[in-house]
Amino acid sequence: MAVIRDVMPAFELLQPGSAADAQRLLEQNGEAAWVMAGGMDSFDWLKDRIKKPRVLVDLSGVDELRGVRVTSDGVEIGAMTTLTEIANHAEIKKNYGVLAEAVSLVASPQIRNQGTLGGNVSQDVRCWYYRGGWPCYRAGGNICYADTPVGRNREHAIFGGDRCIAVHPSDSVPALIALDAKFVVQSAKGERVIDAEDFYIGPQDDITHINILKPGDLLTAIRIPATFAGARFYFEKVRDRNVWDFPLMNVASAMKLSGNNIDQIRIAVNAVSPRPMRLKNVEDAVRGKPATPETGEMAGKLAIEGAKPLQFNAYKIPLMRNLVKRSITGVREATWTS
Amino acid sequence: MPEMDDPRQSEGAQRKVTRRQFILGVIAGGAVVSAASYRLLAPGHGRLSSANWSERLISINVNGKARRVEAMKQETLAWTLRYKLGLTGTKLGCDRAECGACTVLLDDVPHYSCSVLTHTVRNKKVTTIEGLAAADGKLHPVQQAVVDQQGFQCAFCMSGFIMATVGYLKQNPNPTRAELAHGISGNLCRCQDYSKILDSMMRGAEYTRNGFPAERRA
Ligand SMILES: Cc1cc2nc3c(=O)[nH]c(=O)nc-3n(C[C@H](O)[C@H](O)[C@H](O)COP(=O)(O)OP(=O)(O)OC[C@H]3O[C@@H](n4cnc5c(N)ncnc54)[C@H](O)[C@@H]3O)c2cc1C
Ligand code: SF4
Ligand code: FES
Ligand code: FES
Repeated sequence: MAVIRDVMPAFELLQPGSAADAQRLLEQNGEAAWVMAGGMDSFDWLKDRIKKPRVLVDLSGVDELRGVRVTSDGVEIGAMTTLTEIANHAEIKKNYGVLAEAVSLVASPQIRNQGTLGGNVSQDVRCWYYRGGWPCYRAGGNICYADTPVGRNREHAIFGGDRCIAVHPSDSVPALIALDAKFVVQSAKGERVIDAEDFYIGPQDDITHINILKPGDLLTAIRIPATFAGARFYFEKVRDRNVWDFPLMNVASAMKLSGNNIDQIRIAVNAVSPRPMRLKNVEDAVRGKPATPETGEMAGKLAIEGAKPLQFNAYKIPLMRNLVKRSITGVREATWTS
Repeated sequence: MPEMDDPRQSEGAQRKVTRRQFILGVIAGGAVVSAASYRLLAPGHGRLSSANWSERLISINVNGKARRVEAMKQETLAWTLRYKLGLTGTKLGCDRAECGACTVLLDDVPHYSCSVLTHTVRNKKVTTIEGLAAADGKLHPVQQAVVDQQGFQCAFCMSGFIMATVGYLKQNPNPTRAELAHGISGNLCRCQDYSKILDSMMRGAEYTRNGFPAERRA
């Protein structure tokens, strides 16, 4: 689509100074309101005239939503904390390094300076048909342009497609799932605390929504329990260019060992399915086993069971097998023996 | 209602003047720079209530000066800087956070000004390429390094690279070449002149730490 370089269409800009005021404004304006954190996902929609909210609720003045607090059980990260702040935060680097690494691989320095964690976990899919304003299933229509014999679907899903085959694009989310993070959502009814993986919705449940946020909901914080503090972590992102590009795939794992045996483990992969994918079956299969290349290979093979390639994305199957293997053994041991 | 509510009308009307006339007209506008050109160009959209007016007339700190400017709610900082304040050293390449040409500092941190709403920087310090040189005209060390090293080809990307570098050096004044390359990796050069750009920026880092070479100070 042609890039429009004119000023965006008009909207009302509301600039609350507290989370309570922000939530109230969202409640009052319902469907007409759009939350703006750093705006890095929002501006494309607005500039391209594809989403036309009447009201923008700008959170940039809500200081209480900013910053990382060390709590009695881990850390709490305000939704408005920038990705740069998280990547540089001493406690996160020391004990939750998988998240520091994940966010430091997002987009570009300037985007990380402005993009927030709340915005990163709440961002929409990147499928260009949808982003370009085509009236596909996800946009409320009744066709998927990516899932046709000529559809461009190199970046799309190998799991979990149901009419829509767009993938979840976030780099931070798999790290948060691996850390067993909880999302704190404020609404008129009060506060809800949701497991990271349950924040997301697949197309079989609601094809036009990517997460559980409803009009009036404000994501205020993300809590990371101390469960995996200082554990062994792995994060890897595969992308075309080393800057700006969304993941073709990423993997995150958090592992606690006794000796070389895996005691506790959580693994998540993103950009393979419309919902960020936690690999529970793999976790169950490797628990109690040694963290060796053999276990990694078994994990990799198990991870791709049931994967369905599209016309242009079959490469994602061996890629996922290898990334999952590495998430258990690290890069050095990850050459294949069988 | 604000007079800009219907973009179709204002876009249509705007086509009646050339872009250059429009820009020159706006720049000539003077101290309180306003969106008057829009109003003149969009008949029927000229009735502003005074409440709307006061809401949109804001003050932003640009290059150490308080600048009063009338900015639409949906206006980006790049737009305000270039077309309201006449600070055209900030370039617009992609307008989509994908090139870095529009990089400015907000409280000393590099941001893409194409992707910041002007109304959100009222409490911030904005620094553009025009604000780097000293009051007596002496160039900023990174600018001087570009002159000495002849770092760019067409230089459309230059002010963005310089701003990104100046911002990065505040965090890490003594970077390796690889660190600096990573630090300013949010900027693209269409002429693909990266090696020479990095030469200049490394020299800029050195000048920033140690001052200009003696012969240049004379
Ligand atoms: C060129 C480019 C490259 C990118 N590359 C990557 C990449 O490699 N990896 C990656 O993960 N991402 C990438 N992004 C996506 C994303 O824009 C950023 O990662 C950023 O973190 C989004 O945060 P934000 O605060 O700017 O979001 P915003 O645009 O402000 O918000 C994003 C969405 O979340 C909602 N939202 C935000 N905060 C809240 C809240 N507190 N409560 C309720 N809803 C909320 C908004 O309404 C909006 O729908 C890229 C974006 C661009 C433009
Ligand atoms: S993959 Fe999903 S978002 Fe993309 S065209 Fe198909 S339905 Fe739309
Ligand atoms: S013009 Fe802002 S990043 Fe390209
Ligand atoms: S020198 Fe031409 S774009 Fe960089």
